[in-house]
Amino acid sequence: MISKSLLPWVKRCLFLLALLPLSRLFWLGFTDQLGANPVEFVEHSTGTWALVILLLTLTVTPLHRVPGWGWLVTLRRMLGLFMCFYASLHVLAYIWLDHWFEWSAIIQDIAKHPYVLVGFLAFICTIPLAVTSTDGMMRRLGKRWKTLHSLVYLIAILAVLHYLWLVKQDISQPLGYTLILAGLLFFRLHRKLKNKI
Amino acid sequence: PALQHIQKTTYGREEKLTSYRDITSYNNFYEFGTSKEQPAENAGRFKTAPWTIAVEGEVLKPRQLGMEELMKLAPLEERIYRMRCVEGWSMVIPWVGIPLASLIKLVQPTANAKFIEFISAADDATMPGVRAPILDWPYREALRLDEARHPLTILALGLYGEMLPGQNGAPVRLVVPWKYGFKGGKSIVRIRFVEKMPQTTWMRAASTEYGFYANVNPTVDHPRWSQASERRIGTGLFTKRIATQMFNGYAEQVGQLYTGMDLRKHF
Repeated sequence: MISKSLLPWVKRCLFLLALLPLSRLFWLGFTDQLGANPVEFVEHSTGTWALVILLLTLTVTPLHRVPGWGWLVTLRRMLGLFMCFYASLHVLAYIWLDHWFEWSAIIQDIAKHPYVLVGFLAFICTIPLAVTSTDGMMRRLGKRWKTLHSLVYLIAILAVLHYLWLVKQDISQPLGYTLILAGLLFFRLHRKLKNKI
Repeated sequence: PALQHIQKTTYGREEKLTSYRDITSYNNFYEFGTSKEQPAENAGRFKTAPWTIAVEGEVLKPRQLGMEELMKLAPLEERIYRMRCVEGWSMVIPWVGIPLASLIKLVQPTANAKFIEFISAADDATMPGVRAPILDWPYREALRLDEARHPLTILALGLYGEMLPGQNGAPVRLVVPWKYGFKGGKSIVRIRFVEKMPQTTWMRAASTEYGFYANVNPTVDHPRWSQASERRIGTGLFTKRIATQMFNGYAEQVGQLYTGMDLRKHF
């Protein structure tokens, strides 16, 4: 159990924690430690953190049902927004650093290559979620808000597919994320079925 | 350790060299791990001396060649070549090596010899990647005999005037500059002359993605990414990609090897 006065501090800590991956990129960039292929490094790092934060967001629901951990749910919105933030940086790195706004090449890349396409679709889906994340939008949308925000499951599936399809041969890393996602989805399905009985 | 008596050549004089640090820290050498950093981290325990290469198959004079003998087959030459990886990045590397043709001449291929297969080391005690079933070990690559005899094709023993470090394929590797980097088998232990086109490791792993020829070709895309442009390693975070050249810029020298072939089909 966390007392109400502590909660704002937990939120501030989480905010700073979630900025660490970005700060690390700046630090490595300024000290010339991004390696031989810095563009690839930035793309991989921002993409990986978007996925990690997305999976953390999905872990909140199972955990907040643990007695005394209900406060976790107040952190979910911030996590979701940070996921969108890192996904945006990932897309920005791709469009700017990798392709220098050469839109014809970018559009061709999206149209011709399935792993780019699913990644792009996942990103597009995060935008309405970020836009409707405010209290006001939650009130206005009412019941539909929850329906809309179940898009997060589609985003997660597209994101791991994006990772699985992009690696050349060794799929052990994306497979790890896929298994974690499968576990999180299984938990929800299991609960849903149990509640019906 | 430095290599002695290296003849300078004019190849690639106009190119800006990729740094030694980048060439030796960003490698695809799955026998030492599948990330780009692992080969440099894990190659330290790999023993490259003594080393012998078995040269066999359709030849009149099969041989077991030690490194000393290999180095005496022809004068060591510095060859500055562009290296284009199938993943869309490239480097400029000052290799030190000998023409593969000098080895071919030594063993005298029979009339049946049409292809040469290169088999890499696969020692699970010192190559941790070999313990994972990522690829069908040992790594195999192959060339058509006329490609292998081409004067641009070399067996590299060093880079930047030094003996090859483990992560770059010590003590001896193949370099075929107009083909994607994966054609250059590393740490070669066996060279076989054969009549039929061999199945290479990457063809076995994904035949729709990696063909036998693997000539650098900006007009034929890899199924999962474009091959029209490449990122030159070492040019920093804010530098554009450069256009990929046909046969990696060696079209004038090697184009005639493929006259009449459909390069979309024979990718």
